[in-house]
Amino acid sequence: MAIIHDVMPVFELFQPTTIDDTVALLEKYDRDAWVLAGGLDSFDWFKDRNKRRQVVVDLSGVEALRGVRKATDGGLEVGATTTLTDLANDATVKTNFRLLSEAAALVASPQIRNQGTLGGNVSQDTRCWYYRSGWTCYRAGGNICYADTPTAINREHAIFDANRCVAVNPSDTAPALIALDAEMVIRSSSGERLVNARNYFIGPSTDITRMTVLQPGELLTAIRIPATWAGADFYFEKIRERQVWDFPLVNIAAALKVSGGTIRESRVVVNAVAAHPVRLTAVEEALSGKPRNEETARMAGDLAVQGARPLAHNGYKVPLVRNLVKRAIRGEAHV
Amino acid sequence: MTNFLVQWGVNPWGEDTLIHAQWGLVYVAFAFGLGFMVAHTLFVRFWPKPAEPAGAPVNDVAAGRVPARVARHSLAARMFHWIMAASMLTLLGTASAPVLGLNFNWIEIHWIAGLALTVSIVYHIIHASVWLDFWSIWLNKEDVNEAITRFKRAMGRSAPAPRKAAKYPWDNKMYHTAIVLSALASVPTGLFMMNRVETPLFVRNPYLFSDTAWGVMYVLHGLSGIGLVGLTISHVYFAIRPEKRWITKGMIFGDISRQDFLRHHDPERWIIDTHAHDEV
Repeated sequence: MAIIHDVMPVFELFQPTTIDDTVALLEKYDRDAWVLAGGLDSFDWFKDRNKRRQVVVDLSGVEALRGVRKATDGGLEVGATTTLTDLANDATVKTNFRLLSEAAALVASPQIRNQGTLGGNVSQDTRCWYYRSGWTCYRAGGNICYADTPTAINREHAIFDANRCVAVNPSDTAPALIALDAEMVIRSSSGERLVNARNYFIGPSTDITRMTVLQPGELLTAIRIPATWAGADFYFEKIRERQVWDFPLVNIAAALKVSGGTIRESRVVVNAVAAHPVRLTAVEEALSGKPRNEETARMAGDLAVQGARPLAHNGYKVPLVRNLVKRAIRGEAHV
Repeated sequence: MTNFLVQWGVNPWGEDTLIHAQWGLVYVAFAFGLGFMVAHTLFVRFWPKPAEPAGAPVNDVAAGRVPARVARHSLAARMFHWIMAASMLTLLGTASAPVLGLNFNWIEIHWIAGLALTVSIVYHIIHASVWLDFWSIWLNKEDVNEAITRFKRAMGRSAPAPRKAAKYPWDNKMYHTAIVLSALASVPTGLFMMNRVETPLFVRNPYLFSDTAWGVMYVLHGLSGIGLVGLTISHVYFAIRPEKRWITKGMIFGDISRQDFLRHHDPERWIIDTHAHDEV
């Protein structure tokens, strides 16, 4: 069981000011290094002493990782350490990619959004309390999932794609980025690689100990959002236990291109239902060419939950996903 | 808590419990397998051997009854071997790849290959018990004596020429025994471990055994699997060595030539039924 300590274990702190220096440090210390952005995930781990690293690389001094920049194609490039508050308030994001600004504005509390970063929000670890309590579950390198047993408390856990581990991805901005066809820019000593946002997140069937494709030595430097979905019809909704400050029970990000009342193209992504955001491609295909009406919304909602496998205490997520998808297609105003 | 062989963890009751084998041993198994290949190649190439023939002379009358082609493995036996080989390679590949850094959805492929292996082993046991000479593959006292004799001669020491083999040479039998022991450790544990993952075959039940029993099971499964990496590498190595290719061809086509038979087998120890061409 986790024991909250007043002080963190000792580590060596580096505060580089350039991306090159950061990458060099990550290469040098490899698995011993921990990347610190806003610290909202990291300090939990450090203070619980369930994850320890010899070296912490603090990104707060790397100016090049901050800010929202316009791209020549009409899209955007958002630095990985741009705070969620800055992202939510950015005029261009609000105008062209309202989906992302709404998602960022619904993360946790104002204080956390002032400190938390976009890169940290999408790269954070799962909040499964069994895992974070320091028990040797599958995700922690063990041989059992304590959340997926007949007596487990698994109200917040997965209904899709569980594979031994039933933890969920808690990010609010991740589904929005996937819906916007964003690309993650990853730097390492061997150069730069671009990963589609959808492929950035991985499930337990691929690697049960990680939530993203980021490897030791790699750094998420920016997120590129193409102009493809700029100005589309967006819908973001987050259902949470406490309205003022909580992780999602389920959230949904949808982008629709509608002309003459007919849906031409769509992106529908839900999160907190699997270890990775789930893009509902079957729903997207079914929506193509359909009128945006109640019948289509009902069809999409029913299709969205096909294959869902609830655990002992999270069956409510099935109708929740169904209704959120319906609401997204209807384009209902948030309650 | 860790040691060279196994990984320990702490369960929710604060008890130390076995988790699994040390995955770093996969690298050791690969290194051992490859090292063995290199060492054996150098040994065969450079170590001086006695000049006299490798085997004692055989009875000419018995030799005269050997046909031009001798059936060695029936189609049923060959099918078992190759299905087992495919499932074994799949199992070892899917288990090792994530340790070596190759990430993909390995678990489904792994348990499906495990089931294929289990079914093929059950088939093999029935087939060998009912239709084959069951005891012909098991080590006996004569094999132990022969192994000692051959070892002495391989080291350049004087020893009488060993008799030529019956149907299965002693090294075949040794390998079979090692595989059987590994399978006894890995197959039942693997079947039980399927209770811990999502499959359409079982309702998951992680409480089927205590933490300690599960830990032992994971360790046995892991260590036997790691051992099989080395065994498989050495098996493939011998299968492609020039002096052993006649055996490999026999496993592909089912028969061997009279010449190979007389070079390696004693017709008084492996009695050919000339009326049964599908003898194995």
